[in-house]
Amino acid sequence: MTTVTTDADTAAVRRAIAGTERPPRPGPLQTALTFGWRGMLKVKHVPEQLLDVTVTPVMFLLMFTYLFGGAIAGSTSAYLDYTLPGLLVMSVLFTTVYSGISLNTDLTKGVVDRFRSLPIWRPAPLLGALLGDSVRYVVAGTVIIVVGVLLGYRPDAGVSGALAALALVVVFSFGLSWAFSVLGLLLRSPNAVMNAGFMGIFPLTFLSNVFVDPATLPGPLQAFVEVNPISILATASRSLMAGEPDVPAILVSLAVAAALALVFLPITTRLYRSR
Amino acid sequence: MSLHAPLAVEATALTKSYGATTAVAGLDLAVPAGTVYGVLGPNGAGKTTTIRMLATLISPDSGSARVLGHDVVTEADAVRAEVSLTGQLASVDEELTGRENLVLLGRLLGLSRAGARARADELLEAFGIATAAGKLVKHYSGGMRRRLDIAASIVVTPRLMFLDEPTTGLDPRSRNQVWEIARALVAGGTTILLCTQYLEEADQLADGIAVIDRGRVIAEGTPAQLKASVGTGALHVRLLDLDRRPDAAGVLERALGPVSLQPDPAVLSATCPDPARAAVAVAELARAGIGLAHFSLDQPSLDEVFLALTGRGAEEPPGSAPTLEEQTS
Ligand SMILES: Nc1ncnc2c1ncn2[C@@H]1O[C@H](COP(=O)(O)OP(=O)(O)OP(=O)(O)O)[C@@H](O)[C@H]1O
Ligand SMILES: [Mg+2]
Repeated sequence: MTTVTTDADTAAVRRAIAGTERPPRPGPLQTALTFGWRGMLKVKHVPEQLLDVTVTPVMFLLMFTYLFGGAIAGSTSAYLDYTLPGLLVMSVLFTTVYSGISLNTDLTKGVVDRFRSLPIWRPAPLLGALLGDSVRYVVAGTVIIVVGVLLGYRPDAGVSGALAALALVVVFSFGLSWAFSVLGLLLRSPNAVMNAGFMGIFPLTFLSNVFVDPATLPGPLQAFVEVNPISILATASRSLMAGEPDVPAILVSLAVAAALALVFLPITTRLYRSR
Repeated sequence: MSLHAPLAVEATALTKSYGATTAVAGLDLAVPAGTVYGVLGPNGAGKTTTIRMLATLISPDSGSARVLGHDVVTEADAVRAEVSLTGQLASVDEELTGRENLVLLGRLLGLSRAGARARADELLEAFGIATAAGKLVKHYSGGMRRRLDIAASIVVTPRLMFLDEPTTGLDPRSRNQVWEIARALVAGGTTILLCTQYLEEADQLADGIAVIDRGRVIAEGTPAQLKASVGTGALHVRLLDLDRRPDAAGVLERALGPVSLQPDPAVLSATCPDPARAAVAVAELARAGIGLAHFSLDQPSLDEVFLALTGRGAEEPPGSAPTLEEQTS
């Protein structure tokens, strides 16, 4: 290392300062897309994040299918047919916690302060982040489907069924991610967001029909599992994969996603503005 | 509007509280355009909170402020269009490379793709980060990170720049570089509002200084005026024999004035208007038969400014200014 390359060059700094004229402000769309680009760069630079969230569902897939599959459904292949659409839900929903974690990281590192001091369209950082998020959702969902297919899973509705299920789950995640964004803006550290986030999503996922048919459960639990939105989403995902769309379940899933966004998006934007 | 030099920042009776904590308590500030203005204060004085209000990140509970002629509450967007913030935390994205950070800001400020890249490269080169341009910022040293942070603030040269403790935690060489950059900015016509805990830093850069304590301005003036009110430096003596502390304090007090105690019980300090008087004080100590392990003379520290202005040290809570009697009895 030579000193020449690691020091500031004052003459060059002076030239750099003199040489600028303020360009016209970019429009809202370009600003949001620029933040989207930032989200993609993070996916590229920090692939560990993606790994974390995809490994857990894959582990569950292997464990449940081979350990309990025979006991639960009679055979591992029958169980795989039942559980894979649900694991798709689990895999993608787990990824949404990262929306909150990355927002909190921005906040605690002071990056949010910089963005908020810029003359830009205010919701752009939040909306742009969705783009990076959606890439993560799609990758997480695709990984679980591919592993399933490798293990012998064949959706009746083929590729289009799988894509439809994936699309539904991703749309649902857009809604849910705002709930975690609120957590991300309220809690003190990225770790706290992770803990609180998984503390919420983990039990909800297990108390759903992702792993077991609720018909086998005791009464009160069964009642809970049946109204759990994650069950409804898993049912919708299963029906799409099977090529027999369960329209009410799909509509309820979309409605829940819309409701989540309606409640949590305004809270997120308000907190983002004032923190 | 003022009839005199135009003001870049004009704050009147700003306040901001967090629950029971009053972070800023009726702060007035007038920063002439084209200068470096230092806001000097200890931890928790309200420096960052003030900057955050002026940079429109938070709104004041009461009072008002105009930045470059725009009201920070009702014309926040116009303020943002002309200022840059270099926050206390180097607010760069650690998960991006240095170059990506700068391109990102260029794009957000409206440069074309090619324009943003060219500007990023120009700044990386000028700030001595070119060799690490493609590395993730989380692997940068503190000095590089701070330079990148400042570069990020001048992707488009701002008319006013907020610099919040830009050199805290940097080694002397990095600190000098940051100071050089700040000087270059002012030479280019940018006004700088600099928050710092170091009198030396304010002295090096600032044309005017406001000393703040518990959210209020307690003194204002040029660095020379401020230092004159404090003395040019302090004499520190380390005693060989702890038992002689009261005697030593007496001698120093007669020779120089108020004595402040240091965390190390063997060390006594007294502000000192000129080195000749320090020499006299040391001679007096010798005449009194008080042995010294060591003595030194330095620039006034913020602590000494505080002692002179408030009668208590910077880090002590109000009302607990220790007297020598209390500590030695
Ligand atoms: N977001 C916040 N929530 C609660 N209290 C806060 C918040 N921000 C600042 N404070 C409190 O307000 C007071 C002033 O804080 P501020 O950060 O402005 O001080 P500072 O002069 O910048 O100090 P430092 O030199 O440590 O950076 C402190 O007592 C601090 O604890
Ligand atoms: Mg501060």
